[in-house]
Amino acid sequence: MRIVVDRDLCQGHGVCESEASSIFEVPKRATTVTLLNERPSDEQRAEVLAAVKFCPTHALRMIEEE
Amino acid sequence: MTGSGPRQPLRVSGGDRPGGHLEELRTDPMALLERVRAECGDIGLFELADREVVLLSGASPNEFFFRAPEELLDQAEAYPFMKPIFGEGVVFDASPERRREMLHNQALRDKFMRGHAATIAAEVDTMVAEWGDEGEIDLLDWFAELTIYTSSSCLIGKRFRDQLDRRFADLYHDLEQGTDALAFVDPYAPIESFAKRDASRIKLVGLVQGIMDDRVASGPPADEDRDLLDVLMSITHEDGALRFSADEVTGVFISMMFAGHHTTSTTASWMVIELLKSPEHLRHVVDELDELYATGSEVSYQALREMPWVEASLKETLRMHPPLILLLRMAMEDFEVDGVAVSAGQMVGASPWVSNRIAEDFPEPNLFDPARYIDPRGEDSLNPWTWIPFGAGRHRCVGAAFAMMQLKAIFSVLLRDFELELAQPEDTYRADMSKMVIQLEQPVRVGYRRRLKASS
Repeated sequence: MRIVVDRDLCQGHGVCESEASSIFEVPKRATTVTLLNERPSDEQRAEVLAAVKFCPTHALRMIEEE
Repeated sequence: MTGSGPRQPLRVSGGDRPGGHLEELRTDPMALLERVRAECGDIGLFELADREVVLLSGASPNEFFFRAPEELLDQAEAYPFMKPIFGEGVVFDASPERRREMLHNQALRDKFMRGHAATIAAEVDTMVAEWGDEGEIDLLDWFAELTIYTSSSCLIGKRFRDQLDRRFADLYHDLEQGTDALAFVDPYAPIESFAKRDASRIKLVGLVQGIMDDRVASGPPADEDRDLLDVLMSITHEDGALRFSADEVTGVFISMMFAGHHTTSTTASWMVIELLKSPEHLRHVVDELDELYATGSEVSYQALREMPWVEASLKETLRMHPPLILLLRMAMEDFEVDGVAVSAGQMVGASPWVSNRIAEDFPEPNLFDPARYIDPRGEDSLNPWTWIPFGAGRHRCVGAAFAMMQLKAIFSVLLRDFELELAQPEDTYRADMSKMVIQLEQPVRVGYRRRLKASS
């Protein structure tokens, strides 16, 4: 799976970082998320799904890949 | 270019008097906005004095609106009624980049939320401590005062909040009442609500001046007690004089608190009214809270967790009673949206009131039905461009997460300790549509009775 960030929508709230800190980071003073790992492993699926679900601006999507 | 260019937007009926549809916007804005969609479809036009407003609704035009860059649709000039409230030098809306930076300055980030939830719960506790076992309150007065304390405490600091009382809340309410749409023609027109607005702003500056004078006299506080006012007062000119006057500080504080104040207090009021009107939904909410708090856990912790029925009820309240019914931008150049021409100089609007009630997206749109957000329906996430009580896209309310958390914390305390009941006939709870800031017609009375502690 691959994570896609809609940069028009992300405001850098950092909810994704709270849900999955090994994948998302909103650095101090930054205004948008940094993807630490664009292609998380299957073990990380649950926390990525939580990040996608709770993103307050619906800026995250998860795309399944072969 | 080919011959078949974009068409011009249709103009809605009415507005035949001088000023176009201004009078209707001042007295019955919902009817005007609804008629635009009914008569013209997704894109229609009304007239606001010498300005034309192109009103968009529906998913496709809304997505265009919310994704448009600042260079195309500018927000700064679109709200003339805010300038006399904030004062000179305080911009109504910063650039998207600046807004994103404000997430840090205003402590709206996720990691601060637990502390804010505890602060809010404590403020509710303090206010209900005066209640006794039963009585009656005016919802709007009560929530408006509460949210002055919560927003000042969370956004400015505890030290400042502790220097505020009911007077600040009352003056702030008068400011909000100064948002008559007549400001589109003349924000300083000689009408009563504008005169009250200006008088109350001067009194607010006076209160803040008094607080600043006290702080100068008493010297700097311990580091851990410093709040935003101390920070602003620590910035001085070379000669030692304060860089920011009481007038400027007040303007900054008013603008920081504005977005989260009338919106939250109005939403909390409508939430109570809608739940009391539909007992089965109230039951869901109270049962859910009782179960969450049965273990005696802290409000600060639970308010951040999932509360499906509380959240669904808040979302439904926001859908049916969006505190902002018309979001505006200024078109900076000519462009085309879905085959319709928009010209530079026209205003462009999106309406949470209209889009939140599109029946194709929200079946039975006038029915208060929190179940529409429960899986698998999820009508809010299915319709990100029409479920828009917080707006969407780059200008989406940066305080939305804070607002939801705050409302959850408020209702956690309130419904844990009290049963509420309507104290007026149902049809007397109505929106006050006379201002661009939509509140409720007062009185908004409800009764309360302390709950008997359930044995565990």
